Amino acid sequence: MDDIPPYPPIDPTTFDLIVIGTGLPESIIAAASSTASKSVLHLDPYPFYGSHFSSLPLADLPSFLSSHSTSPSPPRSPSSDDPNEFSLLEFATRPLYSSIDISTFSPNLLDQHSRKFNLDVAGPRVFFCADKSIELLLRTGTNQYMEFKSVDATFVGDNKGNLWSVPDSRAAIFKDKSLGLVEKNKLMRFFKLVQGHLAGEQDIKISEEDLQSPFVDFLNKMGLPPKIKSFILYAIAMADYDQEDTGVCRDLLKTKDGIDQLALYNASIGRFQNASGAFLYPIYGQGELSQAFCRRAAVKGCLYVLRMPVTALLVDKDTGCYKGVRLASGQDIFSQKLILDPTFKVTLPSGSSPPLPLKEKLPFFSLKDDKGKIARGICITKTSLKPDISNFLVVYPPRSLFPEQVTSIRLLQIASNLAVCLPGMFVLYISALCNDDDQGKKLIHAVMNTLLTVPLDSESNAAVQSETAENGSAVQDETSESSSGGPSDSGEEKPTLLWSALYSQELTLGQVDFICSTPMPDGKLNYNDLIDTTFKIFQEIYPGEEFFPETSLENPEGDGDASPET
Amino acid sequence: MHGRPRKAPKPEEEAASVAKAQKLRTLQTQFFSFHHNKIYTKEAVELSAKLLEINPESYTAWNYRKLAVEHYLSQPDCNPDLIKSVLDDELRVVENALRQNFKSYGAWHHRKWVISKGHSSVDNELRLLDKFQKADSRNFHAWNYRRFVAESMNRSEQDELKYTEDMIYKNFSNYSAWHNRSVLLSALFEKKAEGFLSKEKVLPEEYEFIHQAIFTDPDDQSGWFYHLWLLDQTVTTDSPLLASSWPGHGYDVLLVEDRCYNGSAFSPFTALHSDSGSFPIVLYFNQPVGGVSSSTVTVECGFNKNEDLLWKPLSASNSQTARVWVAHLKIPSSDLHSTVEVSVGHSKGIISTRGFEYSHPSMFSFKVRVQPMERDFSQVSVAESISLREESFKIYGTQSEESIINSFNQLSIKYGHESTASNWRSEALAKEIECFRELLSLMDCKIGKLTLARLLMAYDVMSYPFANKLVHSEEVLELYSDLMKLDPTHYQYYKDEHSMVLLHKVTSSKESLLQHCFQYKDSVSSAICGPICLRLNNLSLSRMGAFEKLLWVQMLDLSDNELQSIEGLEAMQLLSCLSLRNNKLRSLTALEPLRKLKLLRVLDISYNQIGDHSIDTTRYLCSSPLSHSVGSESNKDETVTSGVALIDNWEAFYIFKDFNLNQLDIVGNTIADEKFKSVLVKIMPKLKQLDGKLLG
Repeated sequence: MDDIPPYPPIDPTTFDLIVIGTGLPESIIAAASSTASKSVLHLDPYPFYGSHFSSLPLADLPSFLSSHSTSPSPPRSPSSDDPNEFSLLEFATRPLYSSIDISTFSPNLLDQHSRKFNLDVAGPRVFFCADKSIELLLRTGTNQYMEFKSVDATFVGDNKGNLWSVPDSRAAIFKDKSLGLVEKNKLMRFFKLVQGHLAGEQDIKISEEDLQSPFVDFLNKMGLPPKIKSFILYAIAMADYDQEDTGVCRDLLKTKDGIDQLALYNASIGRFQNASGAFLYPIYGQGELSQAFCRRAAVKGCLYVLRMPVTALLVDKDTGCYKGVRLASGQDIFSQKLILDPTFKVTLPSGSSPPLPLKEKLPFFSLKDDKGKIARGICITKTSLKPDISNFLVVYPPRSLFPEQVTSIRLLQIASNLAVCLPGMFVLYISALCNDDDQGKKLIHAVMNTLLTVPLDSESNAAVQSETAENGSAVQDETSESSSGGPSDSGEEKPTLLWSALYSQELTLGQVDFICSTPMPDGKLNYNDLIDTTFKIFQEIYPGEEFFPETSLENPEGDGDASPET
Repeated sequence: MHGRPRKAPKPEEEAASVAKAQKLRTLQTQFFSFHHNKIYTKEAVELSAKLLEINPESYTAWNYRKLAVEHYLSQPDCNPDLIKSVLDDELRVVENALRQNFKSYGAWHHRKWVISKGHSSVDNELRLLDKFQKADSRNFHAWNYRRFVAESMNRSEQDELKYTEDMIYKNFSNYSAWHNRSVLLSALFEKKAEGFLSKEKVLPEEYEFIHQAIFTDPDDQSGWFYHLWLLDQTVTTDSPLLASSWPGHGYDVLLVEDRCYNGSAFSPFTALHSDSGSFPIVLYFNQPVGGVSSSTVTVECGFNKNEDLLWKPLSASNSQTARVWVAHLKIPSSDLHSTVEVSVGHSKGIISTRGFEYSHPSMFSFKVRVQPMERDFSQVSVAESISLREESFKIYGTQSEESIINSFNQLSIKYGHESTASNWRSEALAKEIECFRELLSLMDCKIGKLTLARLLMAYDVMSYPFANKLVHSEEVLELYSDLMKLDPTHYQYYKDEHSMVLLHKVTSSKESLLQHCFQYKDSVSSAICGPICLRLNNLSLSRMGAFEKLLWVQMLDLSDNELQSIEGLEAMQLLSCLSLRNNKLRSLTALEPLRKLKLLRVLDISYNQIGDHSIDTTRYLCSSPLSHSVGSESNKDETVTSGVALIDNWEAFYIFKDFNLNQLDIVGNTIADEKFKSVLVKIMPKLKQLDGKLLG
């Protein structure tokens, strides 16, 4: 950030709200606050929108990841001799990513076209056609800044490299060749039961007792065979942890929630005429979403300054209350409220204890990170994992690849028709929840080894290479052994890996006080939970304001514009 | 297009519709004046186009346009370019009309007419159809038109079959697509196209396909209809077969011209009383056939010339096809033993209604003996009334008659070579049975039960000649009883099916049949054995069936059942006594089948509901006296002079005039008042006894 041009002064110097970071939650809050007639300054140290929700060119991704992987630099000497009535608390960044592992197998091809790639930092992610993010886009008219295409199908994978299509609708059940007649009947009747329950039909109501019981118990009670149970739990309800092992399961799904998930999935199928499946993906990548909300905010008067790092927090010397921020340009900007990207950390002057009031506030600065981690992987290939279909989701249910796998692994393949890569190439996003980096790597490698051919002559540094081999060895042996006899091997060649980026990301939730931290990208497939949290943060900082009131509707055509262009 | 709720029109919508109607009326008046004056100017033709765009249902306008096209095409300066432009114009008008209402019969028909002229590109039609079938994949007009287009462009059935498959994969609740599939497969079977030579190969795949739909959503009816078609394809043999005959092979027929005979030497099953000087030969086929004549069926015997025999179809309608055909042989005058040989289908000409040739020539023979009349008994019987009541019967003794009863086994004619060919059929049925048992184990499903009942019955019937008993009849009866409770709306249908199964069960073995065979015991002359009476009374039958096993019956007691119809009874040519007492017959026209029973002498239709209902729902199924032979056959002068008010009683006249009854019971019907009875007496002058009263 040495060659940043001289900063022009920002005028005015006082705002209702300062938002730092242009990730999705920050962008939504900026847009909602602007809509509520607050004066908002939206800052981002980077020259692009989206922060940890952005889509980046291939060459920029590794540097972005590593800039957030080092521990915070030790605080410089506190400028306690500040002439003003403020104390300065310097910002540092929390490390968000770890075990970053970039491998390039086709350097020439990719380096020359780095800008043709838009790689999602927080992938894999999709929109359910009927989920909260789509509702929010439509309600706020933000959809006019984006275009979508349909993700055509969902598959469930196994350790032999097979991809089984998920029978997620009546027509799909009918067509499915892997289900037996009895399975088809049971599955369709289960769907009908859920539909009847949701439609409020009296005679097929699911009892309250069942609704409060674990979803997996309810599925057992309905007599659904294991294969179908797995489809419903992990490929439709998108459960993360093994639901049948209460020892490891951290997100045991209740029947009520499971049914809500099915309802969302069901409402998503066929919502838009051009979308054949349940999911949408934005052209140019997921980063478009944060940017669209920023544009929405700008229309309502929000002031945007990119490439503007923030160095310190200004707090009142006596009360310890937040007053404003000091920018890298040296300018001090004041506001009543502050929203912070979750990677920011406030460092206390060393050797000195904070003033009493500040001490009380401090617990809010330290974010809880006991939720574990998420391992992510981005792979680029020249052939699709499945012929004749380019954009699709694959779910590996817990224990489908190896016995110690306790979480679902999700993979999203996106093709060049969504403007995320060079024509003829495919980007694979992989993710899985894990306890630590090693476990995460093992999960991502298991999928890669099942589906891809990884060339030996990698350019990546040897240390990373050996580490990978060590971590993944157990898995590699196992999967290669089992897949050698698999049907997929005898048929087509597995796609060859051209480039990959593997990394682990911390999971933290947003915090609320006079300054608030927004949530980090979560381990979910869509943005529903993030939008819920964002809504809560907005309510905390502006309890009296409506979150995008109906009257703010700028695009009265509504639904019509939301349908994806295909 | 489907499942949209109807909304009440808003006031402004109603106003718009009034304005539209006004505009339409003006257009229409103008149009009619052009039409009547045969004006085919450009303006006039354009006006009709405008009218059709608003109202595609205007048939007259379509016809006017046809006339206009013919007018243009007949002009002397007509050239190919002009023809093309005129016809293209028509296609455009139709397309616009279809956009307005794509279920307009007139518009689709007009399009066919234009395309049939042969000047337009047919390829374009498929593209148009794709558009319409995308908008509504179940639109049967489009499917109809598609068949027409496919045929005119010689598109292969295989391609079209693939198309139905694609449509079904999109949404399998599509009657039209399944129907088209059945049409295409039938055509391929008939053509014996490559890959469709044997049903044995194709049908199992189709069963597999339809199972996916039925198991996925058993509540969807479209699949079940296709399954029913498949079942029919599996069960029905292409070429018709002779199912049974009377007399059967090896019969020893005793002809007596008296009702009573000494039964010690002859089986009461094969002794026939006839006072008409002839006796019938009945052929019963497994499906309706035509072309039975003295050239296709040869009867060789010493006392009749084959060429003299007149074969007549027995059917309710006047068609020349029937399952049952009858010819009458003259009874030889002297005490004679003679062998009669009947050969069926040795020369071609017997063809089923579906167009298949009778291809299994068969032969049967029987012996005939004549017992001369014994005056004494005949005198007695004339004066005596026959009472088909409980006290008149004794159970038929089985012990002594074993040898004769064996003749039952010859009632049905077997085809040994069919057994191997039908192997795949019974295998297919067995597979289906297993499949639907599984479905029913998963869920309660009415149509699943019905299908299982049909499958079990079909399986039993198919394997019957070998298994010699209906293995599943108890289960089938239970299924139908269940369905009657579960689905009261279709009670009558299930009841009818239940009756049929019950009858098949009763007639399936000699043991069960003998339980219903009684010997008529004359109260006066107890020493004399009367004929065997088959008593199927009090079985709550709503329909009669299993006729092919009952051709021998001369006395039939169907009293205390729930019969509403006696359709098919005409096959029982030997019937002389029939009791339908205490049933649910609702009209005189329901008795139509009895008109064909030339030997019927005693009829009991007392305690039915004839005359209860002012509307006779069976009337339109039967021939009307105004439409055909009745008028020409009868001598009007005679009936008028006899003083019968024909106008008021044409039904009675039509039904009873051909009867040759001695004895009739009609009491207990609303219609049977004194006046009506007097009419009956006039219609049937030979009647000796009415409601138990001797007539003078």
